[in-house]
Amino acid sequence: MLRLSLHRRRQLLPWVFLGPGLTWLIVFFAIPLVNQLNVSLQTGDPETGYVFNWAFSTYSNAISDYHEQFVRSLGYSAAATVLDFAIAFPLAYFIAFKAGRWKNFMLLLIILPFFVSYVLRTVSWQLILADNGFVVDRLRDVGLVGGDGRLLATRTAVIAGITYNFLPFMALPLYVSLEKIDKRLIEAATDLYASRATAFRKVTLPLALPGIFAGSLLTFIPACGDFINAALLGTPRQYMIGNVIQNKYLVIQDYPSAAALSFILMTFILIGIFLYARVLGARNLTEAAI
Amino acid sequence: MAVEAAPAVAEPVVTAQRPSRDRRIDRGRSWVLGIWSALALLYLFIPIFVVVLFSFNNPKGRFNFTWQGFTLDHWKHPFSNPDLASAMENSFLIAVIATAIATTLGTFMAMALVRYGFRGRSVVDFFVFLPLSTPEVVIGAALLALFLTMNVNTGFTTIVIAHVMFTVSYVVVTVKARLEGMDRHIEEAAMDLGATEWTTFRKVTLPMILPGVAAAALLAAAISVDDYVITSFNAGQTVTFPLFIFGATRQGVPAEVNVLATALLLIVLVLMGLNVALQRRLARRDAARTA
Repeated sequence: MLRLSLHRRRQLLPWVFLGPGLTWLIVFFAIPLVNQLNVSLQTGDPETGYVFNWAFSTYSNAISDYHEQFVRSLGYSAAATVLDFAIAFPLAYFIAFKAGRWKNFMLLLIILPFFVSYVLRTVSWQLILADNGFVVDRLRDVGLVGGDGRLLATRTAVIAGITYNFLPFMALPLYVSLEKIDKRLIEAATDLYASRATAFRKVTLPLALPGIFAGSLLTFIPACGDFINAALLGTPRQYMIGNVIQNKYLVIQDYPSAAALSFILMTFILIGIFLYARVLGARNLTEAAI
Repeated sequence: MAVEAAPAVAEPVVTAQRPSRDRRIDRGRSWVLGIWSALALLYLFIPIFVVVLFSFNNPKGRFNFTWQGFTLDHWKHPFSNPDLASAMENSFLIAVIATAIATTLGTFMAMALVRYGFRGRSVVDFFVFLPLSTPEVVIGAALLALFLTMNVNTGFTTIVIAHVMFTVSYVVVTVKARLEGMDRHIEEAAMDLGATEWTTFRKVTLPMILPGVAAAALLAAAISVDDYVITSFNAGQTVTFPLFIFGATRQGVPAEVNVLATALLLIVLVLMGLNVALQRRLARRDAARTA
């Protein structure tokens, strides 16, 4: 009798612990997503209100009207992710293997920019890249930028801004996975006559894959939905899908099409994650097989 | 290359040549990596320098776009702009309330997920992870759609609700990491010695996971204070610090914002410095005691 009730209690206890938090997530995360699906299938206008009637046309219209912003979002985010990887990998490698007693200090430096507001850092880039600013003037002197050329309000500025803002999200997971690598494995590879490049390609890189995976997702996903960089460093010609969704919700109140756009964005990202996991996982397996 | 092709018998040659040549290449490579790393860190700090610099700017009129001259005026009156002061107050209050709720909910969730094997655990695990892999714009928009459907007026309360929702997953992940590295036997020992589950939690588990809980709370507070995207959807007429900055960009952000940002950065630096000093001192004391 006592054993049974203890058993029952043990079974119930985790759900008591989970209850409040899980409820919060269901009410304010899961239900909103389902509700948004519902909203995306409504028709109407802000004056008279919206009615649900399986309006799949919202989706086709959203794609045909905003495919440009979708392609731009994915393209800018992919470019920023690749750039971040190129910048962060050597940095993470240096901190993990070469930094010695400077290790903690360098990690601190990577985290420190987070304590200045995201929006403010982006505003700061606005000042740096401004048309009459120091940087553009110097580049004009050197001739890298034409007399009426500019940096602000270009595609380059938006991509550079995204690259800047998400660099720590790439660098930290890379560092964590590189730091975990047992250095004796690399030594063993070189002792067994692998060249440095081969040891890097066959030992270090495969072992760093979890970090590469986590880092690229942590960069790519928020970058896809970002609209601050495009709003502050670009013009409507650089606007990404986040700008469109925000504008539709908060300015023109076209809720169904904004909801449809969010859903399409989420689907793209989920498919992207899935494919990426497959590609990385598959390469990982073949690498191990050889 | 020649060294690598040499037969294994020629061991003296290998040991004689390999270190010096390799060490030279190694050193060169370290230098290149070091310079690259320094440049990458510099890139991270360029806009921070500008933020600090412009806190001393003396702009003519309301515009703070270009450098005009040095002044300490803004540092003397950082809260002179009433809109900015109320935005700071809102951000601070929202962060405190949201962090308290999210940390409590998240800590218990993490305990349940690590400590109990129950049916549906992996589903819950995945569900908790989902908000982290959803773009903020989607979360913010979906939540606003819900509030609109339910005819809830957006404002302070809805911001708090939103912040708890998206910080709770970070808390769960952080506390879980701490719990997973913990020795379960200590808790079992406490219970074997007659402590009830509640006493065990209070006297054993909680003190042990406290560093993880504290880290989670700090993370949640930092994310809450800095959030623009989700907040912008659910703020209504309420203005937080990031919303204020974004709204001010058209006329140029007032220098007081730079002052407050710089001050915050300084406070963080001092706290980190104190923490390092304290840890060193504790380590030295421990070393002295064992010696």
